[in-house]
Amino acid sequence: MDRAGWQRLGYTALSSLAAVAIAFVLGGLLLQVTGHHAISVYRQMFDYGTQPTQLLDAAKRAGPLIMSGCAVAIGFKMNLFNIGVEGQYRVAMLAAAVVGSALVLPGPLQILLILLVAMLAGAAWAWIAAVLKVRRGVNEVISTIMLNAIAIGFTAYLYNSFFRFEKIDSTGRVSLDVKTKPLPENGWIGSMLSTGNGSLAWYFVLALVVALLVWLMVFRTTFGFQLRSSGLNPVAAQTAGIDSKKMIIRSMMISGAIAGLVGMQALMVDEHSYRPGLASGLGFTGIAVSLLGRNHPGGIVVAALLFGFLQASSGILQIQDVPKSIVDIIQGIVVLTVVVVNGLVGRWLDKRTARGTSRALASETVAV
Amino acid sequence: MSSPVPVPPAEGASDHPRTGPPAVELDGIEKRFPGVIANKDVWLKVEAGTIHAIVGENGAGKSTLMKTLYGMHQPDAGTIHVNGVKVSFKSPSAAIAAGIGMVHQHFMLADNLTVLENVILGSEPQKGGRIDLKTAARRFSDCARLIGSHIDPQRLVAELGVGDRQRVEIIKVLYRGARILILDEPTAVLVPQEVDELFDSLKLLVADGATIIFISHKLDEVLAVADDITVIRAGTTVGAVKPATVDRKQLSEMMVGFQLPTSEPRATEIADEIRLQLDDVVVAGVGAKDLVDHVSLTVHSGEIVGVAGVEGSGQFELCEAIMGLRPLASGTIRLGGRDITELTAQQTRGEGIGYIPFDRHREGLMLSAPLWENALLGREIEPKFRSGPFVNAAAIRADTRALISTFGVRTPSETVPAFALSGGNQQKLIVGRELESDPNVLIAAHPTRGVDVGAQATIWDELRQARDRGTGMLLISADLDEVLALSDVILVMYDGRITASLTPGEATPELLGTYMTGGEQEVA
Repeated sequence: MDRAGWQRLGYTALSSLAAVAIAFVLGGLLLQVTGHHAISVYRQMFDYGTQPTQLLDAAKRAGPLIMSGCAVAIGFKMNLFNIGVEGQYRVAMLAAAVVGSALVLPGPLQILLILLVAMLAGAAWAWIAAVLKVRRGVNEVISTIMLNAIAIGFTAYLYNSFFRFEKIDSTGRVSLDVKTKPLPENGWIGSMLSTGNGSLAWYFVLALVVALLVWLMVFRTTFGFQLRSSGLNPVAAQTAGIDSKKMIIRSMMISGAIAGLVGMQALMVDEHSYRPGLASGLGFTGIAVSLLGRNHPGGIVVAALLFGFLQASSGILQIQDVPKSIVDIIQGIVVLTVVVVNGLVGRWLDKRTARGTSRALASETVAV
Repeated sequence: MSSPVPVPPAEGASDHPRTGPPAVELDGIEKRFPGVIANKDVWLKVEAGTIHAIVGENGAGKSTLMKTLYGMHQPDAGTIHVNGVKVSFKSPSAAIAAGIGMVHQHFMLADNLTVLENVILGSEPQKGGRIDLKTAARRFSDCARLIGSHIDPQRLVAELGVGDRQRVEIIKVLYRGARILILDEPTAVLVPQEVDELFDSLKLLVADGATIIFISHKLDEVLAVADDITVIRAGTTVGAVKPATVDRKQLSEMMVGFQLPTSEPRATEIADEIRLQLDDVVVAGVGAKDLVDHVSLTVHSGEIVGVAGVEGSGQFELCEAIMGLRPLASGTIRLGGRDITELTAQQTRGEGIGYIPFDRHREGLMLSAPLWENALLGREIEPKFRSGPFVNAAAIRADTRALISTFGVRTPSETVPAFALSGGNQQKLIVGRELESDPNVLIAAHPTRGVDVGAQATIWDELRQARDRGTGMLLISADLDEVLALSDVILVMYDGRITASLTPGEATPELLGTYMTGGEQEVA
């Protein structure tokens, strides 16, 4: 990257920081208005959140958000608004839980199998929205929202119909258990770091690897170039021979495949079987993470860590009798301020670049 | 909310000399956009109660001028008088309040509303907080009577044909009290009978005292219906004439200019090898009319075939059809003997066709991306710019640097985003991108539109060099100087058809102007 590029990156990072700061100020005002002392609440959150256990928890929470943010960002890069990450990972979790427990492969192959099934299921679910768009012109926002509702209802129906097990506990009483069969142990993802109460699984590293691969794909490959071109100027891309329909199908499916990995921490690290209500809302938070990270995998990692930190440190709030939703509100404000501030800064940078270019040319003319 | 401004009916027929101030008088209007002067020293005097035609080629500045008059933007210099009063419209609503209405070329009607609802939309008469439909209907029928229309106000606009839709648009501006109507290319979408009906309506309106400004490039229509004609060329007024005192030929000469550019004699021979061959190519339109109507043409190696024509005569669709971007209804396209009719856009490019698209911002560039990425667009699958699945950034950046120096793109580096460059330099980048790979055939659409003289000379020179290297070229241009300067054969396209084929020797601007505006070639 040249100097101008670094500068641009610097300004973008600064403006995102400023946006986060503004969000904290607005959140603080809200705290004051509701009768709390903002600075002391923030200090307590910070002190609590920076304890090793909470830091590990923050990173753990960030993992799925990185996946989710990357899935959304791939769509964004070509002006596709994939709101369906939520449904895609639900379907993927169920498929992975069922296949992963029914089919047992030797050793670490089991992990690969489960991840693969999750990606395929996510991609397949996203494919429906892509085909609807390409064949029938259905707006992907509408179709993915509908597919979310269908996915949630569909998985719930499957539980209640096929995953009811009567289990006999140690005292001999019969109870009803609604969840899929547990995954075999060689399909679990193990812990990488742990402190007293917290631990961080290798899933976090997987998320970082996925972010790196997404970056390589979007910014370094020919396919990624076609994807970004289609997003920057769809008409020009089409005129240049890039088949927009193919691009829509492919990018939606890749987005869905990554979405499929969102729920794998809950499934392969925490619970090892799928039950209703396991890991919800990650798809929607991923949209916020992607926006805050400017649809760039690097930014997404940072944004996901920030959100993870906020969520982990919010544990203290309940003890202090501050409603936990303040963190959700701050997250929401962050997204809004980021969109506004980055819009303003982007326009200013564009003007600056244009001026800089004409100045450079003018001085060149004088030199000649 | 505006109400109709009562204007007493004008006395006498429209060709009588009249007293009173002109309805519209523009003087010394100048309008600049970044890098372009769209209007300069434009004057226009429209007498009240007349049909005044403004003719000029596309891009001559007619629309810019009308937008100025309608308050859609403000002029950088010059004065506007309406009915003798100096005005300065900050917005279209100010123009509407002064009795000026505009009927756009593209209709702005809501299909799912009735005719009446469309007409009153935005200026509904109210009574007690509700729409006063009775008053609305009465005023509607008053306005409809003015143009002799018997359209049912309760019909859905979706059910109407093009002619009726246009009438609704006219009623809409009359309803808002307009006595000066601007009609932007009103006949472009009409079939001949509808054109006659429109003219009848306009004559009724004028008899009632309204003033009509009618923008067109179809000279026969203009001569038939206008009381006065103002000709605009290259952003400036070249003259005002009465239809009785000019003929079609003189008018087309005024419109396209007299200057015959010096065509440099070419040093190389045109080869016998056919590079591009179109047979009976038809591209269907939305309605019954074909956008490209049985076009056949041949481009040899080392030959430039120029297609002259007023914009919107089917050139765009023709180019898109060749490039595989638009399906053909019938006909075949061959590239060096190979049938490429059914190929996708990417495959077509892979066969070695370059394309300089019509609108560089819309179809040619990613403005926020750096130049080297723009230079890659459309060539990203070429092996030299790939390494495995990755873009070979070093190769394309080196290629872009070479392109920048060969084609004289003025930029500090290849990493500058495209929007930072002037139009001429953006265009040089596109021309360079398309010529760099030495294509078998180049489709060049308006290769020098909106660029300065220096950039034009560079681009012409590069196109000639490519021709001498053997590239077959189809040159689409609304700029006759360009067509005459570069072409070995000149075709004229009108209404989707090739209506004339000339050699540069026999082509004159006035002859081309005649064919471009619908005159038929009188040869066997």
